[in-house]
This record gives sequence, structure tokens and C-alpha cells, in this order.
Amino acid sequence: MNEREEPRVLPEITDLNRDFWTSGRDGELRILRCKACRVWCHPPRPMCPECHGRDLSYETTSGKGTIYSYVINHHPWRPGLREPYVISLVELDDQRHLRLTTNIVGCRPEAVFIGMRVAVRFVAQGDFFVPLFIPDDGLRPA
Amino acid sequence: MRELLERRALVSGVGISKTGRRLGRSGLELALDAAMTAIADAGLTVEDIDGIATMGEAPPDDVKNSLGARLAWMAPFGGQGAGGHLRYVVQAIMAVATGLCRHVLVYRSVSMLSGEFRDGATGDAAWHIPFHEYSAASMVAMHARRHMHDYGTTREQLGAIAVTSRRHAALNEQAALREPITLDEYLSARWIAEPFGLLDCDIPIDGAVALIVSAADHEPDCPNVPVRFEALACGTHGKMSWDQRVEFTSMGQDDSARQLWSRTDLKPADVDVVEIYDGFTYLALNWLENLGFCKRGEGGPFVEGGIRISLGGELPMNTYGGQLSAGRLHGYWLLYEAILQLQGRAGARQVDGAEVAIAAAGGGPNTGCLLLTR
Ligand SMILES: [Zn+2]
Repeated sequence: MNEREEPRVLPEITDLNRDFWTSGRDGELRILRCKACRVWCHPPRPMCPECHGRDLSYETTSGKGTIYSYVINHHPWRPGLREPYVISLVELDDQRHLRLTTNIVGCRPEAVFIGMRVAVRFVAQGDFFVPLFIPDDGLRPA
Repeated sequence: MRELLERRALVSGVGISKTGRRLGRSGLELALDAAMTAIADAGLTVEDIDGIATMGEAPPDDVKNSLGARLAWMAPFGGQGAGGHLRYVVQAIMAVATGLCRHVLVYRSVSMLSGEFRDGATGDAAWHIPFHEYSAASMVAMHARRHMHDYGTTREQLGAIAVTSRRHAALNEQAALREPITLDEYLSARWIAEPFGLLDCDIPIDGAVALIVSAADHEPDCPNVPVRFEALACGTHGKMSWDQRVEFTSMGQDDSARQLWSRTDLKPADVDVVEIYDGFTYLALNWLENLGFCKRGEGGPFVEGGIRISLGGELPMNTYGGQLSAGRLHGYWLLYEAILQLQGRAGARQVDGAEVAIAAAGGGPNTGCLLLTR
């Protein structure tokens, strides 16, 4: 997918989701985290489902992960998209089962596989920095 | 065993409207056709109906006003969530079991030949739409891909579900697609959301199904064989999310199945026929695993070749043709067929001596199922 495609349909920004969608200018992926038990909570909610803590704030993640599953979308659901494109579920290194639905860009769809290492790369749209992922040949962080 | 609320209710009547592609009739008209058929089938008149529960699309207010029904209760209306498409049957059972209602009309109507495109990035969709994921096809295919990775499930195995469904549809005059398909045709159909091709996806139609959920003591007055609710399942333990469930590939179906079997002494081996949501092939395969007809991960080999799940096989599945071939009424045509099978009214599709059936619907976190007996 490139810059000429149709704009993404993006959600309304709230206090709860603002940092996820708008803080990527510096290239860092931020996700809500519980201060008490340190669990990452995504999608963001006002209470930690593990310890019921109410003190949560956005923290910087590794921005790296592994492809848990993916789909190569061929059907033109909307005009102006560049099919085929890859929709993927990426599990972040920061916590088991912490997953983001996203797109894999920067490689051919046929090159994508489950277990592939990926790293975040943002695309800007208005105030939004939308987290997509590209193949990552770097080593898994210690 | 403790007294279960679902044993206080039964299905006294069913109805289906004309079904098919672009019927040119409103959803309300179709809903009323199905409702009037079901009410008569139950040996009742509109005056007897004192509750309505529906997933729509025809709004319950319009159906109530059209019928001129005097109601004790109307179910909260809208959406799926825990319990999936069949949650409205569960609500009807609850209304009857508590004594609030005696005869609840439950219906589903579809009149929009709409695509899957969802345009609002709100609720859970806010985490999918921004990534150009507009369709349940993609969200379910994501699960199928991981299942293939974890267990070696193949496209050919998913295809057996599509081919078998089409073979059954040939026996159903109301089915939208009745021409047989081969596995090769399945495999060569155009991609939608790989690993799903066109024939992994169900066919949109217009139509409506209605049933009457009555108090169990209505039984002597039922003109047809009453169908009992042996067990219901509408619970959810995992997250209400399409991408955050820890047990990703099994979806909410594992929670539903566990709850179902916890409410009965019957076992999977006692089931004569299964009518299962096949909006996408994988959903049906996954229900078979979760419901315990085979082990986790063995759904592929279980359906391979299609013999086992065909009429005359060990576990006939989607005898009416499924949503894949008969058409998409979101879990209600499958329920209608399960009821017909138990009543011995399924005609050329009848499973001999069917006494126990499962109706199971939904995918992702929105799942629920019913164990029905005659
Ligand atoms: Zn916590």
C-alpha cells in the first residue's frame, strides 16, 4: 500500500485512546499499562482486568513482535485500495497474547509467514500516526 | 441435577418465509409471513402471543404493531454479543421460564442484500477498520490461517464443508444455490481474504424465520411434535474481542460448548444431527471441534472427504444446505432445520429417527448454542 490509497477510516480520539493513535511521531509505539501489576492493557480500558487497578498510563513498547496470523485481502471492500494487501495479527514482544490487528507493509504479500519477525513503522494521516509493521531482520530483544 | 430454566420452555411452532435473492419484499413483510406461519403451526393465534424477541432486521416495534399483539414483554433489541445470534432464543426461554410470558415470538428477517462493508470505526471495529479490515471474512480467515498453522488443516478439508453443503442444498427447494460443486471448483474460486476464497463464504439472501417459544405445559396443545430445550449456552469467559482472546483459534465457541455440556447428561455421541453456523467454512469446522465431536485440531481430518458430515453419514451436518448454499439468515435457518429434523418434517433431507440435535451459531466472541430433543 502506498500514499495514494484512500484515507483510512479512523476512530474518534478520546482521552483513553489518544496516545495509541497520535503519539507515534517519534517512532515509538505506546500502549496503556497498569502501574500496579505492570500488565499491558489493549485495547485501552479505564480498569486493569488483571488487578482492577485504576492507575494506568501509556508506556513505550519495544515496537517489535511476531506475526501470529495474517490474511491476504484480495476483495475490493472499498474503492481506492490497493489489493492484495496483508492484514495481520502481530503479537508484541512485550507480553504474551498482547496482539494488534495491523497491516504488514514493506514486503510482498507472498513473503509473509506466521512467525515472521516484524517492527513498527508509522504512517501519518492528519493527527494520527497509525502503527503498521515491516519485516524486521534485527535480533529479538533480550 | 438442578432444575434448568430451559426445561420449562419448548418450541411449539416454526415458520419460514419465501427465501432467495432479491425478493423485492420488505423485511417486515417477510418477518410477518414467517411469524403468521409459526403462530398457526403452534396452534395459536396472535392473541396468544405475549412476548417478542428478535435480532431484527425488521424492528420488533413494527412487527408488534403490525400484528396488533398485546405483549407482556419485548426483549432488548440489537446486535449479537455473548450468546451470539441465538441469544434471542435464550431471552425468550428466560421470559417463559420466569412466568412473564407464555408464548414468545422469536424471528430473524433479512431484506438487505448488503455486502460486508462496515464504515464506522467504533466499538471493537475501531481496532480493525483503520487497517482496512472491513469484513468478517477477513476476521474469520485470520483464525483459519492460525488453525492451519497449528494443526495442519488444509483448504481441501475446509472445501469438504462447502461441497457437502451444496449437495444437501440440492434436496432443499428453498435453497439459493443448488447446483453441485466440486472440490476443484472450490479450490479455484477467486480469493476473498486468503486463505478464504469465494466458496468459503455464505450467500446473502432475503428471507425470514420465526419460531414460538412456549411454556412447557403447552405441550398437550401442540399440534406438532414439541421440541424441547435440553440445554442452552450463552456465556462468555474469554474477552469480547475478535483479536485478543487467549485461546484464539477456538473463538468463543469453546466457552459456549463447555456451558452446553455442563447442563446435560447427554454426550456428543448422543447427537443425531448438527445444524451449525457456516457463514464461513471454518466456523463450522471449529464448532465441531469445540462441541467435542472430535479432538481439538482434528476438525480437518473429521470433515475430510465429506462422508462423515453428509446425510447418511455418522454426523449429518447442515442438512438444509447451510448458509453457504441455502442462504444467510444468521443462525435462524439452521435452528429451523434442527427443529424440522426432530419433528420428522424434513422431507427428502430427513435424518431417520433424529431425537437429539444441536443448533450452534456464531464466531469470534459472539457465540451460543442449543441442545434440542424431541
Ligand atoms: Zn493491573
